[in-house]
This record gives sequence, C-alpha cells and structure tokens, in this order.
Amino acid sequence: MSAVPDRVHATLRVNGEDQQVSFAPYKTLLEVLREDLNLTGTKHGCELGECGACAVLVDGEPLLSCLELAVQCEGRDIQTIEGLAKGTELHPLQAAFADHGGSQCGYCTSGMVMTAKALLDKEPAPSRERIREALAGNLCRCTGYQQIWESVESAAKALREGKR
Amino acid sequence: MHAFNYHRPSNVNDAAALAAKSADSKLLAGGQSLVQAMKLRLAAPTDIVDLGMVKDLAGIKSDGKTVTIGAMTRHAEVTGSAEVKKAIPALAVLAGMIGDRQVRNMGTLGGSLANSDPAADYPAAVLGLGATITTTKGTHAADKFFKGLYETALRPGEIITSVSFPIPKRAGYMKFKNQASRFAIVGVFVADMGNGVRVAVTGAGPCVLRLAEMEKALGAKFAPESVAGLKVKSDGLNSDLHASAEYRAHLITVMAKRAVEAAMK
Ligand SMILES: Cc1cc2nc3c(=O)[nH]c(=O)nc-3n(C[C@H](O)[C@H](O)[C@H](O)COP(=O)(O)OP(=O)(O)OC[C@H]3O[C@@H](n4cnc5c(N)ncnc54)[C@H](O)[C@@H]3O)c2cc1C
Ligand code: FES
Ligand code: FES
Repeated sequence: MSAVPDRVHATLRVNGEDQQVSFAPYKTLLEVLREDLNLTGTKHGCELGECGACAVLVDGEPLLSCLELAVQCEGRDIQTIEGLAKGTELHPLQAAFADHGGSQCGYCTSGMVMTAKALLDKEPAPSRERIREALAGNLCRCTGYQQIWESVESAAKALREGKR
Repeated sequence: MHAFNYHRPSNVNDAAALAAKSADSKLLAGGQSLVQAMKLRLAAPTDIVDLGMVKDLAGIKSDGKTVTIGAMTRHAEVTGSAEVKKAIPALAVLAGMIGDRQVRNMGTLGGSLANSDPAADYPAAVLGLGATITTTKGTHAADKFFKGLYETALRPGEIITSVSFPIPKRAGYMKFKNQASRFAIVGVFVADMGNGVRVAVTGAGPCVLRLAEMEKALGAKFAPESVAGLKVKSDGLNSDLHASAEYRAHLITVMAKRAVEAAMK
C-alpha cells in the first residue's frame, strides 16, 4: 500500500455555496477551511477537542472542526463565521459581541458565536443557564464569560425583535 | 496528522472486510477520541475505515423490555430521544452529561465502548444495566466486555453494531466530573432490575467495575441510607492529579448515595 494517500476531490457546501476542493484525506475540516478555502475566521486552538475555538456548524449543529475529517463533511451543510454578516451588516450576534465586550482578543469568538447561533436557531429565548450549558465547551481566556453570556442574551432579544 | 488510506464503506460487511484487510487499520466513528489519539501520535493507523456512511448502525428502538441503540448513534441523539427518556431516563441523563454539546454531536455509543476510557460514562450504564453488546462476530455480555485500561473483549476487526439495554424498574446515574473535560472522576450507575440491584462505577479503576457489597445492601433495601455508611477500599483505585485513590473511594459512596436518590425520584 502506498504511504502517500491519494487526494480527495470533493464538493463541500460552505456558507451556502458549493466549493470544489482537492485535499489529502487526513486533513481535518479545520485545515481545509483555513488552508484550502482561505476561510481563516475559524481558529486553531488546542487541536484536541478541548477549547471550542474551531467550532463550526455542520447541518446546523456545532461541532469541532479540529476533530472532524474534511472528507466526513462531503454533502453536508457547513457554516462558518464568514457566512454570518450580510455584506457590511453584522449578524446580531456579531454586533452584540462587539457592543458588550464579548470579544476581546477575539480568538474564541468565532467558535462562541457559531455555537451560540446553533442555540438561538433552535431556542429564541434561552435562559442564562441554557446559554452557559450550550457554551460549556468553548473556552475564553479574556472575558471571564459574563460579557459573552450578556452578548448572547442581547442578540437573542435583537433577533426576537426581528432585527434581521 | 500523519498520512493514512481512507475508506468509506456503505455497509457493515464491507467495513468488516476492510478492517480485516490491514493489521493497522482503525474504525472511525465520531473521531472524538481517535482523531485526538492520532494527533498525539498515540495511534498511527495505516488505514481508516469510516463508519459514517454505514447504514443501519444508527438509531434507537424500544420494545418495552429492552432499548436497543445502534453503535453509531450520537450522544446528542440518545440524550434527546423521547424513547430513551421514557424507558430509561437515567441513560438519557448520562448521555447528556458527556463532554459538551460539540462532543455530544459527534461522539457515538460504539466508539465510547470500544475505547473503554477509564473515565467514560457509557460503560457505567452498560455494566450497570447488564446490557448486551452485539458485534459483527456475535454478542458480549457487559460483565465480560470491559477487560482493563482501554481494553475490551473486542477482537481486531470486530465491529460493535448495537447495544441492548434491559429496561430497569428504576435507575440513576451521578458523576463527580472533571470540571475541564467533564469526564468522570467518579461516576456511579445504580439500577434496580426488579430481580436484583446492579451498581457500576466508572472513573475509579482501570475500567468500569461492579460493587457487590453495595448491590447486596441495595437489594435488601433500595434506599440512600443503605449505601451511605459503606466504606469502599481504595486499593487498586486510580490516583492522579485530579484525585487520590482515597478521595475516589470516598466519592464512590457519595455518588452511589446520590444515584440512588436520583433513581427514587
Ligand atoms: C473535549 C472532550 C470531552 C469529552 N468528555 C467526555 C465525557 O465527559 N464522558 C465520556 O464518556 N466521554 C467523553 N469524551 C469522549 C467522547 O465521548 C468520545 O466520543 C468517545 O469516547 C469515543 O467515541 P467516538 O464515536 O468519537 O469514537 P472514535 O474516536 O471515532 O473511536 C474511538 C475508538 O473506538 C473504535 N470504534 C469506534 N466505533 C466502533 C465500533 N462501532 N466498533 C468497534 N470499534 C469502534 C475506534 O476504532 C477507536 O479505536 C470527550 C471527548 C472530548 C474530545
Ligand atoms: S481547536 Fe478544536 S477544540 Fe480546540
Ligand atoms: S476573547 Fe480572548 S479568548 Fe475569548
């Protein structure tokens, strides 16, 4: 058996657009997003599933792109932070994170925002407890979390009031 | 990650054939343990056989006596399943305590059991309920499945297809978790099966284990006070930066008491 595997030619549906990509099968979704599709908003953190910096949505559910092979995502709907803003208009979650200090160095932000989006897509009015539980897998070294929970609550309110 | 050959079979026979073909192949389920191990160079398979497209490995069925869960069923599906919540609420609760949302969306029952991490949650339910593990080569009783640290009765190339959990009269699970990973420092599953009580402990030893003394005490009277006074010996229990063996022994009694309380709710 050859030591160097073949490249996979796959169609990945990212932020609503089909992308033809060719990559080695041992690349994670995180690597393909960043290195082959130049979508660098999703961050490399621990690389071991512990920090949530790499979280993206696949078929609407948050998962860790550092532990998912890109080939496993063929035919599935991938959403990354790059897909949230509409032109220059930020998604209410992005706006709220900026307004409430939910993002400081920003390293955890895309994972936080995408995981929060999955929650708000299903539960428009989550309690503080639900928000904390939903974001339990996302670590932040700057904010102390308080501002992040407030950002999500504020974005939930904005979304309920039809801002977007 | 290091290079490997990637295979994506669509049925379990092809998966078994592919897994048998190379001595260094590995099955890939949710990847939440395996991909981590590969990145840390603890595993270096030449071939990866992805079970993601194999039909019939996922899903939940209940017939009033047992709940059968496919090996590829994700933790999130089990915790959200109306059938599991109705038949074995403690099992739904346990699945909801595994890791975080992202991990629960990917991690699978089969992967957790095959991995047999000493701190994993599912083994406690499998042993605590006396479940039966069905594979491509036959069946395993829970009592004979977990062999040691990351060691099970599975032979190379053997694929778990489903697990059948007998429905207990009542059951409860409680864990004292590692705050960072949420793995169990000690987790105790108690089940009143109607004809006897089973108590399984995870996180404390090299793999999940049963506690005969507690089972006897709870068999005589299923109440928290039956176990509250029982001291567990710390011999052979894990000792690491999270907890000493003595502390784990203490936690077993505390978690067992709380698990019984949960079962009686
Ligand atoms: C941050 C984090 C926190 C976690 N916290 C917890 C926790 O609190 N409690 C807990 O219990 N677990 C926890 N886990 C582990 C998680 O539950 C894993 O999903 C699980 O242990 C492995 O399942 P998997 O489907 O991801 O398997 P994989 O990682 O894909 O595979 C694991 C092993 O099982 C083998 N395998 C997979 N499927 C089969 C099958 N059907 N038949 C035979 N062999 C098979 C693979 O070849 C591999 O050796 C955590 C993981 C992470 C990353
Ligand atoms: S980089 Fe994926 S969880 Fe940390
Ligand atoms: S804002 Fe810096 S890690 Fe969260």
